[in-house]
Amino acid sequence: MNKNDTLLKTLFVGITLCLVCSIIISLTAVGLRDQQKLLKQKDQQSKILSSAGLLTNQKNIEELFMAIEERVINLDTGEYADSLDPKSFDGKNFESEDYSKDPLTSVQLSSDTDISSLKRRENFIKIYFYKENNNIKAVILPVRGLGLWGTLYGYLAIEPDLNTIIGLEYFSHKETPGLGAEVDNPRWKSKWRGKKIRSSSGEFKIEVIKGLVNLESPERKYQVDGLSGATITSRGVSNMLTFWLGELGYAKFLNKLKVEIENEEALNV
Amino acid sequence: MSKAREVLLNPIFNDNPIALQILGICSALAVTTNLYPTLLMCLALTSVLCLSNLFVSIIRNHIPTNVRMIVQITLIASLVVLVDEILKAYDYETSKTIGVFVALIVTNCIVMGRAEAYAMQNGPWLSFLDGLGNGLGYSLILIIVATIRELFGSGTLFGYEILILTQNGGWYLGNNYMVLSSSSFILIGLFIWLLRSWKVEQIEEPEFQVARNNLETKEAGTRV
Repeated sequence: MNKNDTLLKTLFVGITLCLVCSIIISLTAVGLRDQQKLLKQKDQQSKILSSAGLLTNQKNIEELFMAIEERVINLDTGEYADSLDPKSFDGKNFESEDYSKDPLTSVQLSSDTDISSLKRRENFIKIYFYKENNNIKAVILPVRGLGLWGTLYGYLAIEPDLNTIIGLEYFSHKETPGLGAEVDNPRWKSKWRGKKIRSSSGEFKIEVIKGLVNLESPERKYQVDGLSGATITSRGVSNMLTFWLGELGYAKFLNKLKVEIENEEALNV
Repeated sequence: MSKAREVLLNPIFNDNPIALQILGICSALAVTTNLYPTLLMCLALTSVLCLSNLFVSIIRNHIPTNVRMIVQITLIASLVVLVDEILKAYDYETSKTIGVFVALIVTNCIVMGRAEAYAMQNGPWLSFLDGLGNGLGYSLILIIVATIRELFGSGTLFGYEILILTQNGGWYLGNNYMVLSSSSFILIGLFIWLLRSWKVEQIEEPEFQVARNNLETKEAGTRV
């Protein structure tokens, strides 16, 4: 019998190898954790800034992000949830359970309201304001919803009139490259700028249509060109906006915010 | 040709892991839509391959034969985790797109195949070169496939516009098939065909001969 094949040697080699490998891996993982976190945060910040059209090459992301104010809100009441610190709020509660999955902090969606296939919706969510001299210049809302292959996660930025879109930026999705993944195409993204969410009578209008927007049509300010070859992704984007800007999404909060902004404007005048 | 040079250069054309051994093509299908992630993937695989060959070779005289595959896989998996962590810490954007395929290097047949077939019998330096050579052979094919797919699928190379797409106001209608994974099957197939027309010795013996058509023999019989 080969001297390597004794039980003792087998155990010795196995255990030593596992120990050495696990120590090296743990050390690397711990050593790189801060760097990884930083990059992840930077990525998210750059998407938040870019949704509001604030990303320029001249300034670095941290500096630009200084102008962004983070607030946690309660989607059920539409009020600010100031008991939760926005700096440390990351969509997880103290037991590191996802807010959107924990039965205590989320609501089950019924099949007729759950148009974006979210299954549950969290009660608390972090939103962002871009302010200049204490005046709100943009409101940035996280949105997510099912596309073709998986959930798209992104940010929708709207102007302080709370009805005009500045931009829509996705930071994570699994759509087909060249088709659905064209949601990342700068040309398509630029089509969102200036589109209106609701008509003057308050009816919800914004949608991604099939094909190109007819430039003569009176509906054009509520319509965005569909992504060719990606009907399901386009529909997913429409559904996501319908859900998140609707009653179960930000509608309550936006109504309160509108009053707040109008009051402030009245004071300034 | 010296032994070291042979070990390093052979896997590139003569014994290419993808084209001749047909190993590790899963990642070749998945990551090659764009050149930049492809390059990172090649780098990740080559470094894992070199290091796993090196370490397996160093401890080869102490590996008990009955658990040798478990030992190899443990080493490979640890290296892959390291590479994945480093990628996440230095290029988060790309790690989002290729992260899952980096983790799947563990199951890439080339890595385990070389450890078992070469590093278990040869010294550390030659094993390292063997890993490098096979990594380069793998990279060569991936880069060729990715160049073709990115250029004709999205009209760009490394993200720079070469052929301006119609949806960006240009003249080139992107080939949507090129952005789908299955197109790399065809590209790899074409590459293998070209390679084997050049290096005829790579053509395999047919496993069986097709029997002659019965009808034909009958006809031939009546004609006589």
